[in-house]
Amino acid sequence: MSTEIMFEAQSLQCVRDDRLLFNDLSFAVAEAEVLQIEGPNGSGKTSLLRIICGLRQADAGQVLWHGESIASNREDYYANMVYIGHLPCIKGDLTVLENVRSLLDTRSLTLSNAEIEVALAKVGLATYDDVPGKALSSGQRRRILLAFIELSQAKMWILDEPLTALDVQGVALMESMILEHREAGGSVVFTTHHGMQLDCEMSSVRLGGKPGNQAAEE
Amino acid sequence: MLKAYYHLLLRDLRLALRNRHELANPLIFFVLVVTLFPLAVTPTPDALRAMAPGVIWVSALLAVLLSLDRLFKQDYDDGSLDQLMLSPNPLMILVLAKVSAHWLLTGLPLVIIAPLLGLFMSLPTEAVSVLIYSLLLGTPVLSLVGAIGVSLTVAVNRGGVLLSLIILPLYIPILIFGANAVDVASDGLPVTGQLLFLGAVLALALSLAPLATSVALRITAAR
Repeated sequence: MSTEIMFEAQSLQCVRDDRLLFNDLSFAVAEAEVLQIEGPNGSGKTSLLRIICGLRQADAGQVLWHGESIASNREDYYANMVYIGHLPCIKGDLTVLENVRSLLDTRSLTLSNAEIEVALAKVGLATYDDVPGKALSSGQRRRILLAFIELSQAKMWILDEPLTALDVQGVALMESMILEHREAGGSVVFTTHHGMQLDCEMSSVRLGGKPGNQAAEE
Repeated sequence: MLKAYYHLLLRDLRLALRNRHELANPLIFFVLVVTLFPLAVTPTPDALRAMAPGVIWVSALLAVLLSLDRLFKQDYDDGSLDQLMLSPNPLMILVLAKVSAHWLLTGLPLVIIAPLLGLFMSLPTEAVSVLIYSLLLGTPVLSLVGAIGVSLTVAVNRGGVLLSLIILPLYIPILIFGANAVDVASDGLPVTGQLLFLGAVLALALSLAPLATSVALRITAAR
């Protein structure tokens, strides 16, 4: 398996409300690499993920996709990357099928109903096609997102707390999806506070603890 | 790209149709405000004719202003806006789709009901047709320019007042030329100048507002 570097973060800095969350943070993600961002609450994990998605501007440093800055390479980067944040992205007035479809539409992917149903069955929502989003539990809403990333055809998954609200089977499903994705040469960057038992090599980036800790180290 | 526009437009229309009571709000507001004026001021046809252009245009403008919140709020709250910004399609196109949906759901119904209100306010028929034209050219500008303000204030809790402060000054020229066109037409004078001005502003807003809105949305997301 080739280990070409797909993604690189170079000396990122993030300041929030006059607090330095992290500074000079560099890491790279190769093909088929699984990277966990670790750190306590408030250490800047979500900010970091939003920065590497390009949703947030880093206060210093840059994010590269295949050696090019993501700002100049946005179209290619976004076609190959999928991000799942804290928020459910689910419309209560749309059915499960329509929700998946409208998420896929933002990526200009047109799939047949059958393909979407296969993915829904995989995440345990087989008979829920026509159920409106508002009738689902929060765990089921997260499962819709799992179906979305499964269908997204993205090479890089960026997952912020993907295990939130998932039950034991859901956690196992997420783990097996990550392993499958890695087998296929895709990479995953994720954060989690729940134990994720991944049966593969995993790298990690640790973000500083208490406020000011990192500044004191320098 | 066209497909992305079309899909998002369709999604927004579908969402609105499943939430019809919200859809009727601006329209009911528009009709109520206009019908209250004869009761509060005077019901004589001459007085009504004199104030009709201003009353109808101001009510339409406020009806659109009140509905602007809906443009991005829901998508912002449930995270869909992030997904739109992570789309490989240009954000401008997606913004344009959302604004088109907003106009179809608020501006267009106002244009359709306006002739009735014009007759109710005893406007002469030629002025009623000018009323339709002026609203047809003016209301899309209200949606387009409004989108810039909403994208700046969507992250602010209770940003309604802020939104009005940002947007109203930009609405003033539309209001002046729109109401003036109807006023002049009810005196039987030519209105080509006013309508051309509204058309020019529409062309300007159509080309620049989506760009400004998408930049503002990226700033909002970088919170």
